[in-house]
Amino acid sequence: MGEKGTWTVKKGLAEMLKGGVIMDVTTPEQARIAEEAGACAVMALERVPADIRAAGGVARMADPTVILKIMEAVTIPVMAKVRIGHFVEAQILEELGVDYIDESEVLTPADEHHHINKHEFKVPFVCGARNLGEALRRIAEGAAMIRTKGEPGTGNVVEAVRHMRLMMAEIRRLQNMPKEELMSAAKEMSAPYELVVQVAETGRLPVVNFAAGGIATPADAAMMMQLGADGIFVGSGIFKSKNPAARARAIVAATTHYKDPKVLAEVSRDLGEAMPGLEIATIAPEQRMQDRGW
Amino acid sequence: MQGAFREHQQALTGCGVESVQIRRPEQLADVDGLIIPGGESTAIAKLMINYDLFERVKELGEKGMPIFGTCAGMILLAREIEGSDQPRLGLMEIKVRRNAYGRQVDSFEEDLEIPVLGKEPFRAVFIRAPQILEAKNNVEVLARQGEKIVLAQEGNFLAAAFHPELTDDLRLHKYFLEIVKKSIA
Repeated sequence: MGEKGTWTVKKGLAEMLKGGVIMDVTTPEQARIAEEAGACAVMALERVPADIRAAGGVARMADPTVILKIMEAVTIPVMAKVRIGHFVEAQILEELGVDYIDESEVLTPADEHHHINKHEFKVPFVCGARNLGEALRRIAEGAAMIRTKGEPGTGNVVEAVRHMRLMMAEIRRLQNMPKEELMSAAKEMSAPYELVVQVAETGRLPVVNFAAGGIATPADAAMMMQLGADGIFVGSGIFKSKNPAARARAIVAATTHYKDPKVLAEVSRDLGEAMPGLEIATIAPEQRMQDRGW
Repeated sequence: MQGAFREHQQALTGCGVESVQIRRPEQLADVDGLIIPGGESTAIAKLMINYDLFERVKELGEKGMPIFGTCAGMILLAREIEGSDQPRLGLMEIKVRRNAYGRQVDSFEEDLEIPVLGKEPFRAVFIRAPQILEAKNNVEVLARQGEKIVLAQEGNFLAAAFHPELTDDLRLHKYFLEIVKKSIA
């Protein structure tokens, strides 16, 4: 047998997910609806972010039984979330055989100073980021995929847009810098110099970059793709809406045909009510999930 | 549509060939060959069916257009998919098993002997990869991983269980381009 858990193999699965939609699901039935709608992966959870936000208290890794049942229900990859810094939850998920681990700000952080050393694991990790520096710190720790944090569970895309625009602007800025300025850029954004140089040379993140946090409509998904996302995570947006199957299909189509207004107009029709949205300004600062992690 | 299309395009550019991403059936009129990338075979098939690509690709394949399927693309080319009735193009007389090596933690990379590409081994990246269980009639087996068939050709169709687009080795893409060149000659 060959070598398992190499960087190519971990990063490679994320490349296969590109152009696709990853959907939050809490039951095997929802997982099957997602697969049937054309999701490229599902995120197995006990509660979607909107419910986690409503419930308050400490949110932890899902019960392994919930995750295993979802893994049995579908043939597409299954992801699951661990608390930021909680490397033992990650060891458990690796043992269960999940395909990707999301070290996620949606759950209550277990460590306020340190994220997981993701290089130690054979299973690949995806992590959230609000800007380029944060993305590169996570990649240096071993994340093989990045997503914007946005503001999960709100149905409000404004924060995801902010994070994606900022990341893209920072990448463009690095590209235009003479090489001697890259060291101080690395210092300013607290990111490893080697990765900063790599981004400056290639004009993109070294791993796949998805959009997440507040995406609720096909138009939201297509907008994030046009802003430069490689694919889309939809958390509460699907199963908190009135007609999940139709909305899931529409968001998948919008993610593929993101530059085609004709398709977008078609798939946006008659979807029933979207999930209820939350104005970001009404969320108390300590309730903002995006500020978890650093 | 969905999957590792960017990497395939980079590989084709590296071979000095122009490529486009196909999302609509009318775009197929402009190409001499098609690569169906790795991704999720269920997701890719759904998108192909919903946007009228499925039947069109099948038709063009039957008329002899060269098609190279990697991983999910190989599953779509197969006539038979073990234990599944999911949609497929069925252009190659092969029977495949999805996720044949297990889940992501079992994904791996390994050097393969591929005689048609020369003596130098080929670094093959297997990600939640399928295998060819049976290859019938005119299907030529080009490489095995252990006992398992992982690369096969039938006329103008080429199927790989692994991901040549994830390494810098362009030999397999060049091999496919030779098939394309012959088909338009």
